[in-house]
Amino acid sequence: MFYIFCPYCKEHREEEEFHARGQAHLMRPADPDNTTDEEWGDYLFFRNNPRGIHHEMWVHSVGCRKFFNITRNTVTYEILETYPMGEQPTITADIPSVRHEQGVQAADGGWQTVGARPESKALNEETSS
Amino acid sequence: MSNLSVSNVREFNTQPEGNPLVESPLAWSYRHHPAPRGNGQHAGVVLREKALLGHLVLRGGAIALDEAVRQTLGISLPSKPNALAFDDNGERSIQWISPDEWLVIVPGGEEFALESALRKALGDAHASIVNASGGQTVLTLSGDNAREVLMKSTSYDVHPSAFPVGKGVTTVFAKATVILRRPSETHWELVVRRSFADYCYRWLLDASAEYGIDTQ
Ligand SMILES: [Zn+2]
Repeated sequence: MFYIFCPYCKEHREEEEFHARGQAHLMRPADPDNTTDEEWGDYLFFRNNPRGIHHEMWVHSVGCRKFFNITRNTVTYEILETYPMGEQPTITADIPSVRHEQGVQAADGGWQTVGARPESKALNEETSS
Repeated sequence: MSNLSVSNVREFNTQPEGNPLVESPLAWSYRHHPAPRGNGQHAGVVLREKALLGHLVLRGGAIALDEAVRQTLGISLPSKPNALAFDDNGERSIQWISPDEWLVIVPGGEEFALESALRKALGDAHASIVNASGGQTVLTLSGDNAREVLMKSTSYDVHPSAFPVGKGVTTVFAKATVILRRPSETHWELVVRRSFADYCYRWLLDASAEYGIDTQ
């Protein structure tokens, strides 16, 4: 059981209310008629499976029923931020300094943390001591 | 049927003429699963149904809807997430459901006139109104142990500091989805889907058994 911050309901909600719906920020090719089979196949079928920071689309299915985005660490399961559709993440794998500040780290105790800071930070400190 | 000049919307009154027999979604449950008798006097939980109210789901932009709702209902559209607002005598309510969706509940029989008035007030604005009256019902919980029963039933935090009067959320209740709302200090309301009404009612009977339950 953990909590996820819904950017539309503007509060933390029980994980049970949400469903994961795959990789976020997939752009449909702007000109399908002039897209190669390979590009089209990439768009339709191929997804990233990174070790670390990943951006995913989730839906608050038992709640406001809106889709939104989550930046999640696939190693620690920590959810680093949630943001509405149409917005860009503030935390990405390319910004190691941000990663460090946000407390992303390899899993040491196998903990799962809650939706957003600062609660997650407090929880991490508590459980890792 | 309607002589409104707005768009191509076809309206129809879901309440037929001549007062045909109508039953609440819980009528079957009352017959087959009556509440335990004899403990009504010391019941820690009081369960009532507000049957056959008018339910309208409004969708669209907040600005256009706010104006239409204030004109027709005299209530401002709650713009804050999870907010619930009532009119002066507490009979009509409007609740934030999502950034572009609100639930209006009015006394039964008012919904069709309200729908027409809203459409008129909305004019050409991009909006949708769905009459969901037949699809859901309202249960109220009160009594000294009402909150304990909710704590057993939902993972949502129902402590007064997290759930003040005037709040309403869509959340998990038992294994169903309900809209849980707090119209007053003493009462909780559950807006339950028709198909889940029997399940939620029997869940409440069971969860309230240890405190004693009073139903109608
Ligand atoms: Zn939400």
